[in-house]
Amino acid sequence: MVLSKKLKQRIGTMAVVFTAIMGFGSVAYSDNHEAKRSIGAKAGDACVKETAWMRRNHMELLKHDRDRTLRQGIRSVDGSINGCVDCHTNKDESGYYIPVNAEGEFCSGCHNYTSVSIDCFECHATRPDSAVKRAER
Amino acid sequence: MSQNHDNKVTNEAHEQQVVNAARRRFLGQTAAATAVIAPGITLMTIAHADSKSAEGASSSRRWGLLIDVNRCEKGCSDCVSACQQENGWGTGSTDEGLSSSRQKAQWIRTVTVHDKQTGFTNQLPMMCQHCEQPPCVDVCPTGASMKRADGIVLVDKHICIGCRYCMMACPYKARSFVHEPLHDQKSHAPRGKGTVESCTMCVHRVDRGEQPACVVSCTQGAMFFGDLNDPASDISIKLAAVSSTQIRADLGTNPGVRYSGI
Repeated sequence: MVLSKKLKQRIGTMAVVFTAIMGFGSVAYSDNHEAKRSIGAKAGDACVKETAWMRRNHMELLKHDRDRTLRQGIRSVDGSINGCVDCHTNKDESGYYIPVNAEGEFCSGCHNYTSVSIDCFECHATRPDSAVKRAER
Repeated sequence: MSQNHDNKVTNEAHEQQVVNAARRRFLGQTAAATAVIAPGITLMTIAHADSKSAEGASSSRRWGLLIDVNRCEKGCSDCVSACQQENGWGTGSTDEGLSSSRQKAQWIRTVTVHDKQTGFTNQLPMMCQHCEQPPCVDVCPTGASMKRADGIVLVDKHICIGCRYCMMACPYKARSFVHEPLHDQKSHAPRGKGTVESCTMCVHRVDRGEQPACVVSCTQGAMFFGDLNDPASDISIKLAAVSSTQIRADLGTNPGVRYSGI
């Protein structure tokens, strides 16, 4: 089979583009993988629900339970943002908690990747203070 | 003619049968629907019983405060400091560095009262009065300003748009607006830029069965906290024994915070 010079060039260009896309994809994948890796040390094996469900629906869980907590005073709920922060924060070398929404940490890992801004931490604490509070008492 | 008449009769009888059949079907369906509704009602009754036994704010209680102004020592601001520390605002918090003193949050403040005729001065702590008929809730356009079943008035910052109508409506100047981004809030007291906030009567502590931070911190024993609906509670016994007033009682807001000695 004889290919014209023009066609050969086109195939070559497509191969370059394809390689570039795959390369970018693998970088993006490794970013995402990094985010998964940064699940806090206290996290254990499972979240309050199955991981795949949580990945898609965690905001829905928080949305309903926040109203029950604030408006009805029901505090024993599955979806507690303090619970998220307690489990998913990491400590730096000096043992100081890194904010959960900081660059490369649990929340921002996925949220940056999917380009979805988080409003939770405009108001909510980004570090657990339960450990500090227990020490004070 | 008679044949026509017979036909008419037959048609009428037939229609009657059709109607009867339709009516039977309708009645049968209604009966079935009733059967469906009845278990529904039962389920709702069960759910109601569950919600009664479950935790949460109940309208059988009304949380309130009694402040004995005569015991409030001049120059003391322990309640203010305790509130700041508990809820992470004002002195001790690292935030609101860009706001002027008039803009900064103030959940509780001490007010000096002065009688011009006699020269007698006294001070009292002033915060959200947790009204039974809160003007802040009346004016809120989004429903963010709300009152819990147990009488604690709160701001739902999830839906607060920061219009500050509630600040205008409050006769007690109890609410503040956050003007700048905040960091390192307390996990139990979320607060952020663009929302209004005020005394929560330490709702997180009350739900745990504890007393508000200001009450615990008052070394003079000038603040009492409890259930105004329970005649056997300490605060109700105290209220029955001493004369107390509501600030701006003329407005008919029926505050949950009462003062004695003013």
